[in-house]
Amino acid sequence: MLVGDELQSIQEIARKIRVHTIKMTYSAKSGHPGGSLSIADILAVLYFKILNVNPEHPDDPKRDRFILSKGHASPALYAALALRGFFPVELLSGFRKIDSDLEGHVHRGIPGVEASTGSLGQGLGIGVGMALSGRINSLDYKVVVALGDGEMDEGNIWESMMAASKFKLANLIAILDRNKIQLDGYTEDIMPLGNIADKVRSFGWNVIEIDGHNVGEIYDSLKEAYSFSAGPTFVIANTTKGKGVTYMEGNPKYHGKPPQNEEEYIKALSDLGEKL
Amino acid sequence: MNWKIESLRDAYSRTLIDLGHLDERVMVFDADLSSSTKTWRFGKEFPERFFNMGISEQSMVTAAAGAALSGKVVFASTFAVFLSRAYEQIRQSICYNRANVKFVTTHAGITVGEDGATHQMIEDVGIMSGLPVMSVVVPADSVETVSMLYFLHDKTDGPFYVRLSREKFPVINDDDYEFRLGHSTTLRDGSDLTIFSYGATVSLSLQASEILASRGVDARVINMSSIKPLDSDAVIKASVDTGRIITVEEHSIINGLGSRVAEVLSENKPSRLVRMGMRDEFGKSGHSWELFDYFHIGVDDIVKTSEKLMKEV
Repeated sequence: MLVGDELQSIQEIARKIRVHTIKMTYSAKSGHPGGSLSIADILAVLYFKILNVNPEHPDDPKRDRFILSKGHASPALYAALALRGFFPVELLSGFRKIDSDLEGHVHRGIPGVEASTGSLGQGLGIGVGMALSGRINSLDYKVVVALGDGEMDEGNIWESMMAASKFKLANLIAILDRNKIQLDGYTEDIMPLGNIADKVRSFGWNVIEIDGHNVGEIYDSLKEAYSFSAGPTFVIANTTKGKGVTYMEGNPKYHGKPPQNEEEYIKALSDLGEKL
Repeated sequence: MNWKIESLRDAYSRTLIDLGHLDERVMVFDADLSSSTKTWRFGKEFPERFFNMGISEQSMVTAAAGAALSGKVVFASTFAVFLSRAYEQIRQSICYNRANVKFVTTHAGITVGEDGATHQMIEDVGIMSGLPVMSVVVPADSVETVSMLYFLHDKTDGPFYVRLSREKFPVINDDDYEFRLGHSTTLRDGSDLTIFSYGATVSLSLQASEILASRGVDARVINMSSIKPLDSDAVIKASVDTGRIITVEEHSIINGLGSRVAEVLSENKPSRLVRMGMRDEFGKSGHSWELFDYFHIGVDDIVKTSEKLMKEV
């Protein structure tokens, strides 16, 4: 359980991830703030409390693997990696720019990034392969894959879901950023997902449902997933797209649009409690 | 010609097991076709390193990527026509990640035979060649299959596409043949024209060259088993030495070897070129070797095309 100062420090990291997301996308004049803001708390807990990773030894064979399957949330991941010490925070300002390695979508080659992603639906399968390798090598690392709810439309996800279940991959954990919005609108309008918990459970996964902005709940669910030994665990994290920036919250427009002008930019930072 | 006939798929499964003994990193995936691709034999020998992903190519390809990114040397197999379902996974998860995955597909081309057009993959070389980072190689017989697989395992660490067939092929290479990436093999030298080919049509080209020789036409026959990277020097040299070039493939003439050779000729040393292959059409059911005649890429067609070319230029 996370309490007191520990809880607050994680919340502060999540806030910083959000601030960087706004700064990076505004500076790049492009990018995906909505889904980055919704996953900020999850990434803060993962990188600062859960994942066994060490910026000094990013290639340690025993490290946990994290894959951001929803690779358009790259600003949030890059910010989390920089804050965790994988590379200098100053580099974040290069996001999406010609002289930077910080590709628009998550790019392997950036320290701490395990796999390039951005075409939706593929990260869970990559996680299956990494989990199988860990088992063969008798390494007890975990593989955590963050999914978007829009990408649950992809058949590849459900194929990989079956595979993880068949091979009883207890070292594989998926966490779904259930923000209920995809590019064209609301998930339940574009392609209804219905009762995801029931669907995933029927695929043979252990399912936990939480509030994806409550860092205590995120922490507890991942701890439970880490100790579950019968098969893969799927954490449904209910979130709000654009969380923390009032005009972006629940607004499909900001899936792939940064603050549109200086006024919006200042408002976003102010909402996030950032002094200008 | 007195060739023995051998299965490329058997050579593949035999080599897989050898590599599995040599290297514990070797891991194999299949998509419910292991009985046909013959990867099941590796699975029998190394059950802990063999994974049948069911009829789900996208799942297979992405898992192969994950395994390779964890340090494994991955072989992944299915029929050539079905792998293309996961084209975009190959693009993003394999090639862009530079994952060490060797796709070894079987049942490519029209030599699938009776199963017909739905199963006859005739555009895979083009699809795979277009991918950055991907290399494309096609063995002409069992000997080359073995040598190629060892080369890929021992000397490369990026993604490859290896195209195998259902049909058994005549063994045209000597036992000491060694595959080299980016190099071709001149199987018969000649001064009048050059026939470039790969896979099943190499033995057909050789047979045609014997007939042509008896009629006074001296044909050079080159096995272009390394399609990407291509042995451009061999193409330019042929253009200088013989002029008159023919490409033969059980693949579309669009984006296949014919297109690649045309590009090299145009940019370097143009010569008259005739591309023999599938002419923007689907295959059909029939016996493999009958289909070569049906689609006008059989031995007689190569002979006729050569003689016509001799008269024209």
